[in-house]
Parts: sequence; C-alpha cells; structure tokens
Amino acid sequence: MKRTISVLVENRAGVLSRVAGLFARRGFNIESLAVGPTAEAGVSCITIVADDRDNVMEQINKQLNKLIDVIKLKEYAPDELISRELLLIKVNAAAQNRGEIAELARLAGGKVCDITRSSMTIEYCDTPDRVENFLELCRTYGIKRVVRTGAAAIEKGQHPLSLDE
Amino acid sequence: MKVCEAMVKCLEAEGVLDIFGYPGAAICPFYDALSRSSIRHILVRSEQNAAHAASGYSRVSGKCGVCVATSGPGATNLISGIASAYMDSIPIVVLTGQVDSSLLGRDVFQEVDITGAVEPFIKHSFLVKDPARICRAIKEAFYIASTGRPGPVLVDVPVDVQERETRFSYPAEIQIRSYRPSSKGHAGQIRRAAEALRYADRPLLCVGGGAFAPGAGEALDRFLSKVRLPVVHTMMGIGAVPQTAPLKLGMIGVHGERGANLALNRADLLLLAGTRVADRSIPQPELLSHDKKVIHIDIDPAEIGKNIPADIPIVGDLGLVLDQLTAELSHLSFRDWEHEIGFYQHRAPSAHAGDWTDPALFLRELCRRLEPGAILAADVGQNQIWAARQFQVPFGRFLTSGGMGTMGYAIPAALGAKIAAPERQAVAVCGDGSFQMSMMELATLRQHGAGVKLIVFSNNRLGMVREFQQRQYGRTEAVALDGSPDFLTIAAAYGFPAFRVERDAEIPAALDALFRGEGTALLEVRVSPDEPTLPPELVEF
Repeated sequence: MKRTISVLVENRAGVLSRVAGLFARRGFNIESLAVGPTAEAGVSCITIVADDRDNVMEQINKQLNKLIDVIKLKEYAPDELISRELLLIKVNAAAQNRGEIAELARLAGGKVCDITRSSMTIEYCDTPDRVENFLELCRTYGIKRVVRTGAAAIEKGQHPLSLDE
Repeated sequence: MKVCEAMVKCLEAEGVLDIFGYPGAAICPFYDALSRSSIRHILVRSEQNAAHAASGYSRVSGKCGVCVATSGPGATNLISGIASAYMDSIPIVVLTGQVDSSLLGRDVFQEVDITGAVEPFIKHSFLVKDPARICRAIKEAFYIASTGRPGPVLVDVPVDVQERETRFSYPAEIQIRSYRPSSKGHAGQIRRAAEALRYADRPLLCVGGGAFAPGAGEALDRFLSKVRLPVVHTMMGIGAVPQTAPLKLGMIGVHGERGANLALNRADLLLLAGTRVADRSIPQPELLSHDKKVIHIDIDPAEIGKNIPADIPIVGDLGLVLDQLTAELSHLSFRDWEHEIGFYQHRAPSAHAGDWTDPALFLRELCRRLEPGAILAADVGQNQIWAARQFQVPFGRFLTSGGMGTMGYAIPAALGAKIAAPERQAVAVCGDGSFQMSMMELATLRQHGAGVKLIVFSNNRLGMVREFQQRQYGRTEAVALDGSPDFLTIAAAYGFPAFRVERDAEIPAALDALFRGEGTALLEVRVSPDEPTLPPELVEF
C-alpha cells in the first residue's frame, strides 16, 4: 500500500541528499518526492510517497527520524490526506485535433498553456491517480514529453503537522 | 580572533587534552593555532589510524576522541576509521580542512566532498562556510557525537574560512530542535517488561556494546544483584558483564561459546540490552524469536524491530532503563533454569592444530599476566576470535572493530587507549596480515613514548580467509603472506625489544621478557597455518 510521509526538515545544504541517500542505501523505494519551503523560515517540507511493500514504513520512519536535520515527520494513509500533483504534458496536436484536445483538457479540469503548429502543452493538477488517468487519455494523441512534480500533500482536518508539540 | 584559533579554543573549552592527526595544506591554519595551545597532538603515520586512535581513546576515556586531517586524500584516508566508529557507535569528532570556499566544486587540488562521501556512515557532518557558525558547529558536533546513540561527527572547514575573523563564544549548553535523544524508558513498557520477567521460566540477558554507556555498568550490577539472570554477551559486549554476575555463559554468535548459544536457543525470554542483534552474534534472529518473548532495550529506536521483532520495545538510556526495571522488580531467581544453565557453563575445549604454539593457551597465559584494568585491542581475523574467546581480565577492556571488522584497528586503537590511560597496560593483538596494515604506527608509539605490548600471531597466512576458503571452496587463493618481513627485525628497527614464541613451553619466558619494562615490545607467536578458529564440531554452524 502507498503511504505518504511529510517530513519537516531544517533547510540546510545536504539535507535532501541525506534523505534521498537513506532511501537508496537501505533499499526503500520512493514513488515520488517533492520538496519546498514552509511558512516557517528555515524549515522545508519534503513529501515522500513510498510503497509499504515489506512493511518497511516503520524502519523508514525511524531511519528518517535519526537524521539530525529532520525535525519532525508524520506518515499518512491515503484517506487522511489531500494530495496534489502537477503534470505538464506536451502532446502531438495538428490543426484537426486541437479542438478535441482542448475539450479534453477543459473537461478534465486542465489548462492549455502553449500551442504550436504540431503540439499542445497542457498543465493539469489533481490527485496522483487522476493525473495518471489524464496521462493515459493523452496517449491517444502521442505524448512528446511529460514532466510531473511528485505529490504535495497536506492532512485533512484542523490539526496540522507543526513544529511545536 | 581567527576561526582557526576559535576552533582550538572550542576544543579547549570542551576539555580536549589529546588529538590525533596528520597535517596538510588545507588544515595548516588550525595547526598554527594549535601550536599555541596545551592540547597534545599525536602525529600518526596514516590518517586512517588517527580515526582508529581517536576511537580507542574514546572507548577508554569515555570522552569524545578527536582526530584531524587535511582535505582530499587526508580526508578520504579517514573514511574506514569513521565507518568503523559508526558501526561500533563510538563517539569521535573529526575535523578536516577543506579547499578555499570560493573554489569549492571546481575539483581543485586536494578537493573532495568529504561530507558527501561519509554521509552513509556518519552520525552527522557540517561544512562550515560562515565564520560566525564555527563555535556552534563544534559544540553541536561534540553534543551529537556523545549523546543518544554515540557516533562520529565531522566538521569540514575551508582553509580561507579558518583564516577569517570570528567572535569566540562557546555555548555551555545547547538545544537542537531536530535532535532530542531519549533518556528514560517509557513507564508502561517498563511495567510490561517487569511482568514478563516475573512470569518467565528461562529468561536470559544478552549484553552488547551499549552496556559501556556511562552509568550502564553500575546499573547492570544493581539489576543482576536483584534479578538472578543468566548472562551472555556479544563480541562488542566483552568486558561489559559485571565481575559479580553469578551466571555468566560467555560470548554468543558464530564464534561464541557453545553453552552461550545453547542458552540463547533454550531461553523463553530474551532481554536484549544495548545490542543491535547483528548477524555475527545472532545469524538467524527469525528462528530465534518465534518461541520466546523478546524485550529489547536500545537508545536507538531504529535498532528495535530492525533485525529481530521485539515484543516489548524499550527506547532509552540503558543505565536508566535498567534502574527503572530494578525498581519495578523484587528479588527474582529461576532455580530450574539455573540448574540447566549449569550444564552449559562448561567450556568446550578449543581446537588446536599442529606443533606450533596454541593461540588459546597463549592468550589465557597473557590474560593471566595482565593487571586488572588492562586494555586489549584485538585486530581482525583469526587473532580477533582467539582473543575474544579467551579474554578475561578483571575490569579490563577488550577493544575491537566489531561491526566493520576493519583490519589494522588494533595498533592505533591500543595507541589511543594508552594515550587516554597511560597508567593502564595496553596490548595490541594482531595477525601477521593485520599487523602489516598498521605497522607504520610503530613510529607513532616510539615518537610519543606510548608503551604498547604488541602480539603478532604469525602463520604466514591470512588465516581467517584461508579457513573460510578451505571450508567453502576446498582450496585457497591469495592468502599466503610470502614476502613478509622478519617482525623482530622490524621492531628492532624502531628500537623496540622483540621476542618470538614457537612452542607452548616457551610461553612463560617470552611473556616475562615482553612485560619487562613499561615500553613498547613485540612478541611474535608462531601458530600453525592450519590453526582453526572454530572447533571442528561447530564447523557446519
């Protein structure tokens, strides 16, 4: 089962390499990883989606906690989270199917952000599952390039993960 | 004040008396400042040994060991020493010079990303580019290295930063919001553990290297005087079981005592104290845990449940947790189990091949000669196993590279130990392979007048590899040490007396000669090329 971990870290040189390196050398699989600053100066949030294939989540959490720059982390099940991923996709688009592609993007809730004679670029932001669906739909037209951010996620409800205990 | 002067002042404020190192261009400002300090610098002959010496120093003094090297090759030479300290949870602080901060990332002369290189096997590291951060970084380095689960911490300082101005202010206490090592055990878990002990029929205590944490030894003593538990230990736990423990079964593991392993298998409750259940001590934990309750005490939560499932995990400082357990329990003993254990306490005779010296007999004789509190540093290979199985010195310390199995550890570790405690005897036990990995440090012993007794078991073989190849493949390759020097001549070249033993009968006289005088002396002990570590009946283990 997929699990998401929100990791609050000191925003210092090397912290991302420590986190990513830990996954690599202990053989934990990362599905996606997204990192960005938080409202607190000097603190970044890393959102990691990992596969809990061999019940490794406990070890992942403990090993992450051991990193000195990790301030706090929390693991979430899919239904505890609001999760979003941004997809930028460039598909083949000649004059005759531009309208069809634009309609697909509009219906799905995406946005056409660049058009050339032979291609269209669409931005699409939604849950990772829906991003995956949209990507599949685009295959019909021929995909030239895909860029995805990895999931950013925040817990549901009024009790956020915060620095103070 | 310059940053380099502040670095030295920080060490002084931390109470550092001795450091081990090797200078080079990028760390020269620090060395210049060091020349005006009372801190003693021990110049080693290879940087790796500076880290090992700091490790030996730390294990004996109970304080952080400190080692220093320059950028590039100086720093990379430290790596095996850092990894060894990490695997054995030894607190050392490593200072390295780095190339000019404006040139970082340009692959200039002697530049290497040392903080990046050591990341997988170091507790933490700092690259200090801001002069204002130096004092805080060094304070954090000592704090992080020595608290929680101890380990190495590295501080990398570019050479231009060392020359820049800063204000010296060494914080007496610090708080790191992202680092809060636990201390006391969870009260509920303590109660559960006490309950489990009360209802156990065949409980066994297994002590690891964590029992050398400050206060843990005394707490173990108090615990065992109330709860009469049989005790086994890991290789890292040699010397950690109190002298007064009534039911000692010795070392477990692949090379451990048969009785200790039998007790481990028979126990219905296993109390793991400061041990991470590594594969050499418990090769198949999943086979062990299914029929017994496991209580696992460790300062590092990540070690609990990693190698063996724990029924009752207790995260905390071993000394505090044991005292909590002791307080929770009334006197307990286990009559039937004790009776059974009695049969396990008989030591199986060690195997011995050929006419040459019996290493087990030699080591027993050696230990008998050692004063209480003596330190024995064992290298890696057959010598380590022989020494581990025979080591018995009241209040003595057994130092070895347990987790990494780093050859060449013994001589620098014994050097560090002797510098930390000149009043205690220090012995380095090597094979002829491992001796040649660090024999350059004979010069360091001589230069600093550190009296270390050197034992070299020689059979002109990499004996442990030979034994393994023989067992696994039926033939050997690349294990003959042809071309080795005459070790007595080597010792003589450094001005050390040296002796040789070839037969058991010569042991007493040779030991007399070795211990004549306080200074360094070498004793070569010839053993058979076929000398095994495992008794024949255990070979299929």
